[in-house]
Amino acid sequence: MDILQICIVIFVLLLLVKPVGTYVYHMFSNEPNRTDRIFGGVERVLYRIIGLKQRGSMNWKKYALSMIATNIFLVAISYILLRTMGALPGNPSGIGNMEASLSFNTVISFMTNTNLQHYSGESGMSYFSQMIVITMMMFTSAASGLAIAIAFMRGITRRGEGLGNFFEDFIKAHVRLFVPLALIVTLVLVGLKVPQTLEPMRAVQTLGGGVQQIPLGPVASLESIKHLGTNGGGFFGVNSAHPFENPSPLTNVIEILSMWTISASLPYTFGRFARNKKQGWMIFSVMMTLFVAFLCLTYFSEKAGNPLINQLGINSSAGSMEGKEVRFGIAQSALFTTVTTAATTGSVNNMHDTLTPLGGLAPLAEMMLNVVFGGKGVGFVNMIMYAILGVFICGLMVGRTPEFLGRKIEAREMKLIAVAILMHPFIILAPTAISFMTHLGTDAFSNPSYHSLSQSLYEFTSSAANNGSGFEGLADNTVFWNVSTGLVMLLGRYISIIALLAVAGSLAVKQKVAETPGTFRTDNKLFAGILTGTVLLIGALTFLPVLVLGPVAEFLTLN
Amino acid sequence: MSGQRKSMLSGGIAKQALKDSFMKLNPAVMMKNPVMFVVEVGTFVVLLMVLFPSYFHTEGRIGFNLTVFLILLFTVLFANFAEALAEGRGKAQADTLKKSKKDTTANKIVGGEIKVVSSAELRKGDVVIVSQGEMIPGDGEVIEGLASVDESAITGESAPVIKEAGGDFSSVTGGTRVVSDQIKVMIKSDPGESFLDRMISLVEGAARQKTPNEIALNTLLTTLTLIFLIVVVTLAPIAKHFGISLDIPVLISLLVCLIPTTIGGLLSAIGIAGMDRVTQFNVLAMSGKAVEASGDINTIILDKTGTITLGNRMASQFIPVGDADYEETAYWAAVSSVKDETPEGRSVLELVKKQSMEVHPEAAAAGEFIEFKAETRMSGIDLVDGRHVRKGAVDAVKRWVQAQGGSIPADLDMESDKIASEGGTPLAVAVDSRIYGLIHLKDTVKPGMKERFDQLRQMGIKTIMCTGDNPLTAATIAREAGVDDFIAESKPEDKIAVIRREQAEGKLVAMTGDGTNDAPALAQADVGLAMNSGTAAAKEAANMVDLDSDPTKIIEVVAIGKQLLMTRGALTTFSIANDVAKYFAIIPAMFMAAIPEMNVLNVMKLGSPLSAILSALIFNAVIIPLLIPLAMKGVAYKPISSSRLLSRNLLIFGLGGVIAPFIGIKLIDLVVHLWI
Repeated sequence: MDILQICIVIFVLLLLVKPVGTYVYHMFSNEPNRTDRIFGGVERVLYRIIGLKQRGSMNWKKYALSMIATNIFLVAISYILLRTMGALPGNPSGIGNMEASLSFNTVISFMTNTNLQHYSGESGMSYFSQMIVITMMMFTSAASGLAIAIAFMRGITRRGEGLGNFFEDFIKAHVRLFVPLALIVTLVLVGLKVPQTLEPMRAVQTLGGGVQQIPLGPVASLESIKHLGTNGGGFFGVNSAHPFENPSPLTNVIEILSMWTISASLPYTFGRFARNKKQGWMIFSVMMTLFVAFLCLTYFSEKAGNPLINQLGINSSAGSMEGKEVRFGIAQSALFTTVTTAATTGSVNNMHDTLTPLGGLAPLAEMMLNVVFGGKGVGFVNMIMYAILGVFICGLMVGRTPEFLGRKIEAREMKLIAVAILMHPFIILAPTAISFMTHLGTDAFSNPSYHSLSQSLYEFTSSAANNGSGFEGLADNTVFWNVSTGLVMLLGRYISIIALLAVAGSLAVKQKVAETPGTFRTDNKLFAGILTGTVLLIGALTFLPVLVLGPVAEFLTLN
Repeated sequence: MSGQRKSMLSGGIAKQALKDSFMKLNPAVMMKNPVMFVVEVGTFVVLLMVLFPSYFHTEGRIGFNLTVFLILLFTVLFANFAEALAEGRGKAQADTLKKSKKDTTANKIVGGEIKVVSSAELRKGDVVIVSQGEMIPGDGEVIEGLASVDESAITGESAPVIKEAGGDFSSVTGGTRVVSDQIKVMIKSDPGESFLDRMISLVEGAARQKTPNEIALNTLLTTLTLIFLIVVVTLAPIAKHFGISLDIPVLISLLVCLIPTTIGGLLSAIGIAGMDRVTQFNVLAMSGKAVEASGDINTIILDKTGTITLGNRMASQFIPVGDADYEETAYWAAVSSVKDETPEGRSVLELVKKQSMEVHPEAAAAGEFIEFKAETRMSGIDLVDGRHVRKGAVDAVKRWVQAQGGSIPADLDMESDKIASEGGTPLAVAVDSRIYGLIHLKDTVKPGMKERFDQLRQMGIKTIMCTGDNPLTAATIAREAGVDDFIAESKPEDKIAVIRREQAEGKLVAMTGDGTNDAPALAQADVGLAMNSGTAAAKEAANMVDLDSDPTKIIEVVAIGKQLLMTRGALTTFSIANDVAKYFAIIPAMFMAAIPEMNVLNVMKLGSPLSAILSALIFNAVIIPLLIPLAMKGVAYKPISSSRLLSRNLLIFGLGGVIAPFIGIKLIDLVVHLWI
């Protein structure tokens, strides 16, 4: 039954990939198509409002700069709003201003599409902030990420056309994708009993006779974009494990598909851009293979249960249910966990801190690789980076200097990729090591053993991969954690985006190399194998020692 | 010269290389190779710990630390040795070249008088006279006279070549010797810039610059090194939190095992050896970049004559006309050629012999030979019995026969047109007033060319043949040789046009040439191979010079270029794949003391933590010298499709790279564990 549930969800996803991928391609191919009639009018009004008269194609520098400038502007506004929300309207529960380091962490967290939450929504956010700051950034950060992925695709597939216009892409992403989809998903969720209200908390008489405050609010609207935009910040502290955010297995499946579909469709969109659908499917198949492997690891680890509890003679046929919701069970929890860390959403429907050691290793590893579907665009761009690496190493073995999609991979591209590939382990391992060297770090660990390494490692990996889920055992609302994870999120998002946009910019102006029978093919099974190997070798070799000392040591000592 | 080269690889080079491997320990030199530099720094740190154990509190582990130090030192030395060995072969070759560069005297013409000066004093534009037995004092062009020149010092070819003023055979090289006659030479290069100078600096490796692909690969290797540096440095404080103290030598061992030392140590040797293979092939590449580019070639433009075909037209068939029969035609054709020493004439006699016909034209040998002249366009023999036998251009023979009152057989024109339409040249054979038939002269394709073009096609390389022939003839030869495309009635400008067209499609083009009018095309091509017999302009424009002047060599040069890139990719893959096994050796070893359960990861069942670390480190070191022969010789290259080539190499170097160290480390551990 468990396996069947999982298979059905994956099957539905497979059905959605092609139509959604095609739709996204038409959105951004900038060729006239049917959707223009529906959305064109709204877009023209918006272009007029922001004064976007010329929508010419930009080079990579201008594109990156436009994106960063837009993000900085949104960060500044949001920071001010969070610091002053106590005095602002839309605050029926009377919540005070947010503290400085927490505000810093929060705006960065949401702007970078990470949504690491060091605050608890029901007690730390007014309705106004939830809607104007949090929900707004959930839209804009997702649109920024998607725009980057599309610009990258244009760069590596088209020649001499620039990467497109950031502002146009940014608006299109909202108007044609996120807003309509969010509207639909919100209505569906409301239909499935997710609250959507501006009323204050409700005090109710419990059966025990006491009075309990039940937090409410505009949950459904946040919930929909939280997943569609692979954001992950929950309305409530416990995120999608909360019965108001995610009341039933059906809403659970809807949320899984919401966060998964767009990311999973991007390889197909890429195939359309490259005018080689096989190329897109090849990348999709590598992502799916890795995903299924990690899903199996989590599912079977959780199903096996905790050996220590098993030894006590407690019936463990249901698996390790600690930290999981009974209404989801092992299958829906394992699937949600694997999808939310693959798509770098970061919402959780079970507590990752209480996953069994190897069950917790899978989400950690997915974020370390950051290529298994990945968040809005970023995972795809990273996967292409690994593809270029694979091409570079193995392409030489056919006796030609390496080329990808007909463009030579030379020193400039390798240098830029070096920056991106170096940054990721650096911003995960260095702060993790630092957290073990100071009391500021170690004080937060709620677990003395190898699990504490998993906690710290998970926190920084989640920040670096812009995922945002946490091993919630960590007491992380301190200046040390707010600032360190804030910096990691910033570097994790923008450095690699800039480096990889530069790669696209450099490839975009290159003379295309003719394809001959001697060309190294990148759209077949052999290359899918090479790509998987490159991801595992380079990704796994980097993180193996800490993983051995964390989850693996925990697993071994537990048995 | 190839005989000489083999002997060069003997003890002398190895001894010099051994010495050089220590010289190269100089950090300033080492810095150019970041991967090995990290190893050297690590070696130095461990050395300090061995020398001052009390300062580092490592008194109890001097034995282990000393062993680590020695293995690390050897890792660096092995890498240096590989590079030195590759350089040594070139240096030995340069030495022989330098011998021919000794200062000679030159007979310089100054104001009509001959003045004896040192060759070092000659400047561009000077004119010298070189007589029999004298050394040509510098690169230049023959402006007067004709002489045979022994160029063996440069080409290794002992047969002298003819050099004469004007035309495509006027360039001479300094250091070569005039063996007969006398020539006047205008010097074309200043001292230090001559062909010989350039050649010496090229084979010596002095002019060696990193190629674009090498730079890109180096970036990747440096990045991997930095990543592993981060991994190892961050591991120490984390491990300490769990009460696992990791000694610095152990961390350095882990680092050295993980960073790509195998490819890092062999990378420059691969590049130098690749250049050297080209040189051994008697082709002089002006840069490593050119050799690399030749691996990427998509299109090769070849001249028909001399490259694809033998160049001389050979008799392939006799065709009787009128009422003559085949035997008669063959007989008279043979008679007309008895004394004809041209290739065409000889080929007629060969054809007769091959068809083992009963004709004995030797009987006619007493006759008087009539030489071919441009006016008559015929040659032949006047027999003792008074009969005149002629063969020649069909219209010329027709006129000659008609002049003697003979008649023209009705089918002559038809048959001769047929030959022409097949791309052949018809020669008519006549005796006095009667035309007996035709000789079909054909341009023959060199044996083995068709197979080579098939191979090239499998490698994804297109061949284009250039010829001055008419389209019909060109098509026939193209079909016979199996080239993909041809340009008929081509002029030198056509070659550039074709190169530009191919390049605009994103293809890399190679071509060969020797004439001055080939120079622009040679410069335009991505790989231009000039013949050493060609003009100075051609050699200047090209980025490779073939000392044997064999245009077909471009095909081998492409293969060498591919082999060079393949070797680089194969060893990089091997090096990275090796890390899996090394992790399984070192990680459990590091943590086993604190977490005994880690023994599950010790899949190789290595004897003890210390022996595991040492075994991995020893494997890491010895794999470098073990792979030196492969780095020098290059990975075996077979002309098969890229997918098959990739699967094959991936299996050997990828999968092999994962498995080999598991076996190697286990075997070393069996030995090492005897002591530890």
